[in-house]
Amino acid sequence: MAALTRSAPSEQERTSHEMGMHTEQLRGRSQQVFYDLDPNDAHTGFSLPNAYDVDFNKRAEIDASNMPPSAVNTRIRDLMQEGYGTIVIKNPGAKHSIAVGILNRLNLIIDGSLGYFGCGLIDGPNVRIAGRVGWSCAENMMGGTILIEKNAGSQFGAALRGGDLVCKGNVGSRTGIDMKGGTIIVGGDTGAFTGFMMQRGRMVICGNAGKNLGDSMYDGTIFIAGEPVSLGVDAVWAELSDLDRHWLERKLRMYDLLPKGGIAKFRKIAAGKQLWNYDNLEPTEKKLVL
Amino acid sequence: MCGIAGLIHRDGASSVGKEMTAMLQSLRHRGPDSTGFAVYGASTPDEYVMRLKLAEQEDMTTDHHIREKIRERQAEVDKRLSELGAETLEVEEPTPYAFRYRLRYAGDTKQLAADIEQIDGAEVLSFGSGLELIKDLGDATQVSKQYSLGAFRGTHAIGHTRMATESDVDIRSAHPYWAYPYNDIAVVHNGQLTNYWIMRREMERLGHRFMSNCDSELLAVYTANNLEQGATLEDSLKASIREIDGVFTYLVATDKELGMAKDTMAAKPMVLYESDDLVALASEEVAIRTILPREIDTSDPYDEEIRVWQR
Repeated sequence: MAALTRSAPSEQERTSHEMGMHTEQLRGRSQQVFYDLDPNDAHTGFSLPNAYDVDFNKRAEIDASNMPPSAVNTRIRDLMQEGYGTIVIKNPGAKHSIAVGILNRLNLIIDGSLGYFGCGLIDGPNVRIAGRVGWSCAENMMGGTILIEKNAGSQFGAALRGGDLVCKGNVGSRTGIDMKGGTIIVGGDTGAFTGFMMQRGRMVICGNAGKNLGDSMYDGTIFIAGEPVSLGVDAVWAELSDLDRHWLERKLRMYDLLPKGGIAKFRKIAAGKQLWNYDNLEPTEKKLVL
Repeated sequence: MCGIAGLIHRDGASSVGKEMTAMLQSLRHRGPDSTGFAVYGASTPDEYVMRLKLAEQEDMTTDHHIREKIRERQAEVDKRLSELGAETLEVEEPTPYAFRYRLRYAGDTKQLAADIEQIDGAEVLSFGSGLELIKDLGDATQVSKQYSLGAFRGTHAIGHTRMATESDVDIRSAHPYWAYPYNDIAVVHNGQLTNYWIMRREMERLGHRFMSNCDSELLAVYTANNLEQGATLEDSLKASIREIDGVFTYLVATDKELGMAKDTMAAKPMVLYESDDLVALASEEVAIRTILPREIDTSDPYDEEIRVWQR
């Protein structure tokens, strides 16, 4: 098992930095600042449709017991449009596709469990889920936080781009598959092929992992306190830096998941980068640099 | 994509017919082509229930002489049962093409099923002392109503809503599959088996019969073969993870047990609720919520996980 050390910036990274661009992890709405082409323009970033000014002190409840998912989502949007910044969903009943496509700041409290595709494509809200989530929770999430108190199904945080996705219980297989940024934290165990084809971002596993952890990962970092059944192709053990330790401790404390013994048991897994000539520039950056 | 569900009460009989109907109806979006139930009720020594079909549902509209043929086939069934020494206690005809026989019989049940299946158009869907296997085209509510399943009481059940992908939309390709010729054993499956033909040829060389071209039938035959070799249900489920290729999650029910196996890729979903009194599993949690309409703790079984529960 080879250890990785951080090498000096490549020519491509150096050129990119000289051009005022960044190669570090992108997170959700930070992109709007990063990509603001003309800072002198009154326009301060992307104008997102369905993004509303809300007041966190205005609170509303939705009883989802007799509502189809589309009606629940429409109701959330209507309430945000009316300025409600705190919304509680009662009796979600493990229905699918609840709370998807929310593109602004919002305190969303889900007083129960979600089915498949819950909180997909969100950018901005802070979501707390009292129950469990099914397959593909937070798929393509771009920003915000999601905190799940119980277990989660497979494909947890698939293609995640930004934000913090936290599950305090156990998670199914293929967690963070195709992950492109952001942070996934698993309080318990995670299943097989976790971090499969991971491209960017960080994942923290407080328990054990199934087989082929980090299989075919291009980039990104996985921290694990327990044991994986096996590492996947091109996933290698790496050295934990002081920066990693500091970040880990801060993140785990933030979500009340810091073990009693601290982060001493955590180890780091990174991409061996033998499979694919991958770099972490955005496609638009590549066009400029290359 | 198909939907599967299972439940086992560990504290006595319950309305499993009604419960499984509700679970499968909530999974209708996973498979609208056909619905099937294997429900387990009380058994009486030397008494058996045989479910059989003497035609496909579509024959009723495409064959002008089918009713006459069914009468002839049923007369032949009665004749053969009599010749084998089986006493017919009750005959029910929930549809013009599907029949339920309650029999008293002390002979070889494998031979009885084989003799009945020699009749043109006849397929024994299930044979057992507690098992009632029902499958037909349509959603769970339709099939349940057609076969009066709502009033059925028992300890456990498995069920299936089918989206036909690699074989026809007909009753013979619908689940559950009876593990012919083993009494009271049924299988439902969600997935695709990629070494189906290799395994089927192997099973056929060993003398097992296939009634459809549906890959899921292999799991029933495979389970029957393992049990014939003396394996336990748990052994059989474990072996299937090694020997069967593809992506699959499947459930097996016997007269006393409910088993589950998930393949090595964990590519097909299953949500599990487990308590001292009840175990319920389904492709989606919404199905479990139909019988437990409150917040519950559930989990996803992992890859290569097998479980067996007793009633």
